[in-house]
Amino acid sequence: MGMTITEKILAAHAGLERVEPGDLINAKVDIALGNDITAPIAIKQFYESGAKKVYDKSRVILVPDHFVPNKDIQSAMQAKMLRDFAYEQELTYFFDAGEMGVEHALLPEKGLVLPGDVVIGADSHTCTYGGLGAFATGIGSTDLAAAMITGEVWLKVPETIKFVYKGKLNNWVEGKDLILYTIGNIGVDGALYKAMEITGPVIESLGMAGRLTMANMAIEAGAKNGIITPDKITEKYVSSRAVRKYSFYKSDRDANYAEVIEYDVSDIEPQVACPHLPENTKGISQVGDIRIDQVVIGSCTNGRIEDLRSAAAVIKGKKAAKGVRLIIIPATPHIYRTALKEGLFEIFLDAGAIISPPTCGPCLGGHMGILAKGERAVSTTNRNFVGRMGHPESEVYLSNPAVAAASAVLGKIGDPADVV
Amino acid sequence: MKITGNVWKFGNDVDTDLIIPARYLNTSDPAELAKHCMEDADPSFAGKVGKGDIIVGGKNFGCGSSREHAPIAIKAAGVSCVIAGSFARIFYRNAFNMGLPILECEKTDEFKTGDRLSVDFDTGEIVLLESRKSYSTKAIPPFMQELVQSGGLMKYIAKRIK
Repeated sequence: MGMTITEKILAAHAGLERVEPGDLINAKVDIALGNDITAPIAIKQFYESGAKKVYDKSRVILVPDHFVPNKDIQSAMQAKMLRDFAYEQELTYFFDAGEMGVEHALLPEKGLVLPGDVVIGADSHTCTYGGLGAFATGIGSTDLAAAMITGEVWLKVPETIKFVYKGKLNNWVEGKDLILYTIGNIGVDGALYKAMEITGPVIESLGMAGRLTMANMAIEAGAKNGIITPDKITEKYVSSRAVRKYSFYKSDRDANYAEVIEYDVSDIEPQVACPHLPENTKGISQVGDIRIDQVVIGSCTNGRIEDLRSAAAVIKGKKAAKGVRLIIIPATPHIYRTALKEGLFEIFLDAGAIISPPTCGPCLGGHMGILAKGERAVSTTNRNFVGRMGHPESEVYLSNPAVAAASAVLGKIGDPADVV
Repeated sequence: MKITGNVWKFGNDVDTDLIIPARYLNTSDPAELAKHCMEDADPSFAGKVGKGDIIVGGKNFGCGSSREHAPIAIKAAGVSCVIAGSFARIFYRNAFNMGLPILECEKTDEFKTGDRLSVDFDTGEIVLLESRKSYSTKAIPPFMQELVQSGGLMKYIAKRIK
């Protein structure tokens, strides 16, 4: 019996010939990651344990990105804890101030997370790096503290569900729509504890941005990780930026899957996830007349340059509807600069948009766009839970950047085809 | 180890934003987090939950973020254990790592707010005290109970190193 890509990466990091679903393994960690919400607890535990040094100063990465630029005194104290720890431990990669970006957009861009890696991060969207062909999963602060000290993590080898995407993509359908459709199909616990292997001819021609978006939302189906087989597109993306050597793994033909699920993407139109779970998806034509107060385009899910281009193509020469706050958040300084150079900011500013510095900000109801009671937002982020973006009686609808941009113009949730 | 407590019942897919909204994540102080435990699911919860009480949920309890603040808030609110149909995987790990025992039970729809349950972690047996009806779940192995009694993974490790 062969192995899946997930099993192969885990076996290689546990020093084993082979592993099977259910095996408990101790795996070497290539990168251990924390942010300004989760790392403070890990840092406290690091010191309380009596540890003096992190296992490898080039492999523990801290990114204060959630509540920065500091939103209040307590957030400032948390970010300062990371800064103090990073300087004391002489961490090679600590991204602060003008170097800071949304962690899951920043690390792939910098070539710090690579195909074949085992990456653990005290942030649930760490699974994003599966888009590069890495095994990447979210863990809590305590597991991060242990990994910062030992460079290891214990894991249970997950079963894998294989998803096969076939057919021709419709206009305005992006990686975001494919993953929303999938979550709508299998539910928010449809892949609980499991690996989601995202495959098929559609994925083979999907760009890196779309792949990262799809792997990013594997957690929204309860998955341990999402993963895409690295190929020429991956090679082109990583070869110029990788800071270390990397390895391409792929599943054997006779690998064992818990389930294989096929989708014909020709049936999929742009998707919207309605409140208050990512599984409440509808095709854009089925959403109905939903007035909105705010649009957010950004985040680790959809704050990459491709996402901003897609939004700009829809909104060019138009204005956000009266009363709609359009907030654009380039996910990293590099994306910010590229958008500026390409003239995208001109398009957004002409449309009446607010351009935010890189931050997770409103995605988790932190700052930079909190909703009042009864307000509604369309957002390119990843969660639409109760109170996610502000008041418990506000609502978040999730979509791709083109749908979000079209909705800003229309003042209600709408199809890009009706705007362009 | 055996506990008895009153049930507070919640539904399916209780996410980490319901357990502790992100607007309170500018601190990791347990007492502060406890004041806002379950706030967006039931704003009065922190005021009425008693020491030793039990949270019962449906499927996929703790889905969403990796924030360890979620089990910290629940534990600091005085809750002795969480019983749910299933748990999201990061929450599952975080709960034990924080010293909050949790049990998976398929029949949580038979429990309601106000019920009194006794839970035996050694055997995994849950008893609904009013009807004496018994439910079997997977026992918590001795080392995990020791981890819980030590106050979580790091304290457990520190104890073992000494």
